[in-house]
Amino acid sequence: MDARERIVRRTALELQDGEVVNLGFGMPVGIANYISPEKAIIFQTENGALMFGPTPELGSEDSDFANAASQPITLLPGSSIFDIATSFAIIRGGHVDVTILGALEVDQSGNIANWAIPFDEVKYLPGMGGAMDLVGGAKKVIAILKHCDKNGNSKILQSCTLPLTGKGVVDTIITDQAVFSVTENGLELEEIAPDLTVEALQMVTDASFTINPNKVREYQMGF
Amino acid sequence: MNKVRSLDDVINQVKDGMTIMIGGFLGVGSPLQCLEKLSEKNVKDLTVIAIVNSYPGGNFDLAPLFKQKQIRKFITAHSGTCPEAIQAYKNGEVEIEYYPMGTLIEKIRAGGAGLGAVVTPIGVDTLVEKGKEKITIDGKPYLIELPLRADIAFIKGFRADTLGNIQYRGIAINSNPVMASAADYTVAEVNEIVELGSIDPERVGTPCIFVNAVVEGYPIAEQQALYRELWIKSGYLHPKAE
Repeated sequence: MDARERIVRRTALELQDGEVVNLGFGMPVGIANYISPEKAIIFQTENGALMFGPTPELGSEDSDFANAASQPITLLPGSSIFDIATSFAIIRGGHVDVTILGALEVDQSGNIANWAIPFDEVKYLPGMGGAMDLVGGAKKVIAILKHCDKNGNSKILQSCTLPLTGKGVVDTIITDQAVFSVTENGLELEEIAPDLTVEALQMVTDASFTINPNKVREYQMGF
Repeated sequence: MNKVRSLDDVINQVKDGMTIMIGGFLGVGSPLQCLEKLSEKNVKDLTVIAIVNSYPGGNFDLAPLFKQKQIRKFITAHSGTCPEAIQAYKNGEVEIEYYPMGTLIEKIRAGGAGLGAVVTPIGVDTLVEKGKEKITIDGKPYLIELPLRADIAFIKGFRADTLGNIQYRGIAINSNPVMASAADYTVAEVNEIVELGSIDPERVGTPCIFVNAVVEGYPIAEQQALYRELWIKSGYLHPKAE
C-alpha cells in the first residue's frame, strides 16, 4: 500500500455518522471511497451541492452535474443544490463539521500552508480556492500530507515557510507515518506506524511533539 | 419587450479595457459560445472576474482568452487549472488578484446588492489581509473587502424566456445568479429560449430585471455530447466494466 492510500484509508476513520464533510482538492476527494457503509456522511461540494454520490457510469452522466474538480458526479436521495454564495454561507457560517485538506506544510502551532507556491516576488500559484474559508469555518480541520517531501525533508515543521492558508486552525494532522493532534501545548502524538520507533519518527519530524506512552496507539487502517 | 439577441450583437458590446464577469465553475455552467465569440473578436486588455479558472487541462472555456493575451488582469480564487493562464502569469502578461472563494462571491454579491463592503474574518493573518482595512467586532478581527462590479457579465442558464427570466439546471447554477446582479449589462447564454409564461415563476433562478440580453447557446443535447467527450478525454468518465 502506498503512502497516499495509507493516508486516505486512515483519514476515512475520522469521519462519523451524520457529519457534514467537505473534502478538498486532490488526495482528500479519494476518502469518500473508504467510508464504512454503516456511516451516512453528508458530503458537501463547494461548487454547490450536498449529498453527492459516486461517479456515474458512462451514459448516465450529466453535463450540469459535476464536483469542485469538474468531474461528473451523481446526487443521492436527499441531496440539494444551491449557488456559490449559499455554499460558502454553509462553509464560513460553521455548518460544516469536518474539512479534510491536503497540505504543502503544517506546523506545531496548527498553521497550514496549502495555496501558494511562490515563483517570483509576490507572485503565487495556484490560489486558495475555498481553502481559507474552509479552515476558517469548519468545526474540525484535518490536514493530510506525506510526512516527508521527495528529498526526505519533514513537512511537519516547527514553523511553516510558505504563505499560510490559516493560522492556528488545524486540529488533526494525518501523515503516512503518524497521527498528531494539535493542542494548546503543541503537537501530541496519537498514532505511530507499526514499523516505526518514536526515535525514528522524531528523526524525520522537524516539529517537536509530546508523547503520552499510555495513549499512543498503533496507526489504524480500518475499512 | 424581447431581449433575445444574436451572439454578434452582444459580443459587439465588449470593448478593449472593459471589466467582465464570466459565470461557471471550471467549465461547468460556463457561457461557452460567448467565450468562443470573445476569443474570435479578440478584444484586448480585459479585466476578467471568474470564481475559478478554466476546465482543467486548457484549450477550452476561458483558456483561449489567456492564450491570445486578451486578459490583462484576472480576479479569481484559483488559477491553477489553466496551463495557458499559468504561462501568461509567469511571462508577466497577466496580473492575478486572488480572493478566498467565499469572499470573492460576497464581493460580487455586494456589488449587485448595493452594499458598501463585506466584513469577513477569512484571510486574517494571511497574505490576503495585505493593504486592507481591519476592524474588530466583539473582540474578533475582520477584513473590510470592497464590492466588485463589471461592465458586462456573461452568465449561463438552462432556459430563458424572451423577457430574460432564467431557469438553471443542476449544479451549473454556481456563480451565475450572483454575477447576473453585479454588472451594468448582463448577457445570459442558455440552452433554450422559451415563450413568455413557459417558466414556472418558482423555477426562475434569476429574475428578468437582472438580464439585459438573452442569447441561444448549445442545445442541451449538444452540451451533453460535448462534456461526455471532454470527461472521457480527461479520464473522469469510464466505460462500464464488463
